[in-house]
Amino acid sequence: MNVARLVLVRIAIAILTLGFVSVVVFLGTEILPGDVAEALLGQSATPEAVAGLRQALHLDLPAYTRYFLWLGGLLSGDPGRSLVNGLPVAGLIASRLPNSLMLAAVTAVVCVPIALMLGITSAIWRGSIYDRVTSFLTMSIVAMPEFLIATLAVIVFAVNLRWFPALSYSTEIGSLGQFFRLFGLPVFTLSCVMIAWMMRMTRAAVIDTLRSSYVEMAVLKGARPMRVVLTHALPNTIGPIANAVALSLSHLLGGAIIVEIVFNYPGLARLLVDAVSTRDMPLLQACVMIFCSAYLFLVMLADIAGILSNPRLRHR
Amino acid sequence: MSVAAAGAVATFAETAHAQTPRRGGRIKVATSQSSNAEKLDPPRGLGQTDYSRGSMFYNGLTVLDENLTPQLALADEIAPSERATVWNIKLRRDVRFHDGSPLTSADVVYSLRRHKDPAVGSVARMLAQPMQEITATGPHEVRIRLSEPNADLPAVFGVSHFQIVKDGATDFRIANGTGPYKCAEFKPGVRSIAVRNEEYFKPGKPYLDEIELFGIPDEPARVNALLSGDVHLVGSVNPRSAQRITSDPNLALFETKSGAYVDLVIRLDQAPGSNPDFVLAVKHMFNREQIRRAVYRNYAVIANDHPIDPTNRFYDPSLPQRSYDPDKARFYLQRSGFVNQTFPIVVSPAASNSEEMAQLLQQTGQQIGLNFQLQRVPADGYWTNHYMKHPIGFGAANAQPTADIQFSYLFKSDAPYNASAWRNERFDRLLLEARAETDDAKRRPMYAEMQRLIHEGSGVCLPVFAIVLDAHSNRLKGLRSIPAGNLMGFNFAEHIWLEQ
Repeated sequence: MNVARLVLVRIAIAILTLGFVSVVVFLGTEILPGDVAEALLGQSATPEAVAGLRQALHLDLPAYTRYFLWLGGLLSGDPGRSLVNGLPVAGLIASRLPNSLMLAAVTAVVCVPIALMLGITSAIWRGSIYDRVTSFLTMSIVAMPEFLIATLAVIVFAVNLRWFPALSYSTEIGSLGQFFRLFGLPVFTLSCVMIAWMMRMTRAAVIDTLRSSYVEMAVLKGARPMRVVLTHALPNTIGPIANAVALSLSHLLGGAIIVEIVFNYPGLARLLVDAVSTRDMPLLQACVMIFCSAYLFLVMLADIAGILSNPRLRHR
Repeated sequence: MSVAAAGAVATFAETAHAQTPRRGGRIKVATSQSSNAEKLDPPRGLGQTDYSRGSMFYNGLTVLDENLTPQLALADEIAPSERATVWNIKLRRDVRFHDGSPLTSADVVYSLRRHKDPAVGSVARMLAQPMQEITATGPHEVRIRLSEPNADLPAVFGVSHFQIVKDGATDFRIANGTGPYKCAEFKPGVRSIAVRNEEYFKPGKPYLDEIELFGIPDEPARVNALLSGDVHLVGSVNPRSAQRITSDPNLALFETKSGAYVDLVIRLDQAPGSNPDFVLAVKHMFNREQIRRAVYRNYAVIANDHPIDPTNRFYDPSLPQRSYDPDKARFYLQRSGFVNQTFPIVVSPAASNSEEMAQLLQQTGQQIGLNFQLQRVPADGYWTNHYMKHPIGFGAANAQPTADIQFSYLFKSDAPYNASAWRNERFDRLLLEARAETDDAKRRPMYAEMQRLIHEGSGVCLPVFAIVLDAHSNRLKGLRSIPAGNLMGFNFAEHIWLEQ
């Protein structure tokens, strides 16, 4: 009973947070200097041309009216039309979201098993040569900026060796081989940082549990190391590990911007950056809401996993 | 036939073959801009990607050639009367839109009238404003009455914003134009696919079967895409990348001399620019040779503090070149009374190379007793929030199709981008007179005097004109530079072909 209530409360908090986020997003985009009329007209933005276009785009309405119009549209599933090209925002996002999800999914499939495996094993054998080597490598990679990894990868694997294309967008994915060629470099770039993060957090969580008194008790009672880790320690680290994974994965959707720019991959993050620079508010707000929702959703899942895996709650 | 003669014929045939356009092939082109704001609607086009795409799908009434002289395209004849205030246009009769319907005067009237509707948001509204009456005088004849004479109207029609769309067109998710390629796909910020228009009115053209066009805003990524063979042509290459491209035997650099520039703007309506001696001091502080060599890596042409570049037919080479002269600068500075004072210069990546140029000025300033302080601001929002809003800051201008447009936008007393707030009645009068004069021989001295007036009086310090660079695979042929901008004045699609 208690568990169900905790989960429901957690979901309610997520929804409330989202409502709050919508206000912050709207206010945040309001204070950006300049507006879409100026961005559209570029160097020919004479005052009268700007005023005319602003009126045509309904930008002359007061802010609160536009907020409620926008929120109403969002709740009824219609985020409006892009101010800069007149296309429906939903359609623009629908053309990019699958690309972002695909990239995130492929990266997650590659990263999560490797990171968990590395994290757990180096926690078990902490202090060993193996642990020290993996720690050294992951720390070096975390310290390297993503654009450097991406650029180096392009220069080595695309320009010099020509194993992979330098650009990663093509609608002509016909075979598994082409799929690997196209996703190879972006996924490699994202994985470097992603695995390193996730591995460090997992390692810390497992070490934390291994230091606890009940693990010490199990060891004292003569349980073998494998059994101590698998049945005593791991179940108690599901919560923290889930959090580590969720935090890393939430980065994949919006934080893949560097990768999208270097590989010219048409994902959602680039759409967001475009929307900021052209002051295309409906699009910008919809993108930010998607990122926030994805983030909140992943963190909420991690929390729920933590709640469900908590023996003290489970065995009540 | 003797052997020697046969040999000569063979050689000749080979070179002839190398220069004969070949039909067929697909290429990928990467321009320097990419955004969800990309459009297929000519009046609203903004930047290299939109302009290049526009020339694939649409035509203007005219098109600008290597000397920026307008050549007839959709128009068969453009004739002025009443001292260039009334223009009679006859249209070609053999032109069809991609949907099969013929080009008529209604399409031209609709396309031109749209510029005056503020809701369309035409970027070229100022150029269209003088077109007072636009009327169809027959199925293939259009008459335009201007509010003031303009001998350059045919050149204005060569600006890509004035490309012709179908009468009544409001939906621009796909292009329906008369251009050399048909639009098979268009996704703003992603890519467009152009396929050959088999019924194009220019015989034999275009040559390629298909062009995939997309923007890669990140310059290193764009160059890498060319180096790795993923694309055949890239727009806007930084001089810093030139070496990487020229060292690859399969690639070539494509240079276009144009009137594009980045300038230092000193406002004349506030201190310190309100003191003419201060402005002259700064103009003598520019080491143009050094800027050309160090900042532009020799991809620039020395300028003379006025915006007409040597590719323009009205450029005046007899105007004495202002040179780097710290002694003169010190003299004018002392006379201005601003010795040992500190002034901020606003620089931004939005005006490319502005920071480097300002640093050179700063060094010269230290020698002669003038302290410049660099104030760096971000590129985002620069043109609305900073440009023209500081006593001393940087600006930039694209190549313009005519000297008249250049002057009217940027130097006339009431021009919207009269960045230095320079006012000169003589200049304004000359501009209007030259605009009404259809005889180039009579216009030339007027433009020469206008260049001198700007050179002497305006607060615009214009050290060099940039040579814009593009790069391409060696297999791509047919590129010629057109000073209207990168990529053959954005008009490459119709002219290029791919060698086997």
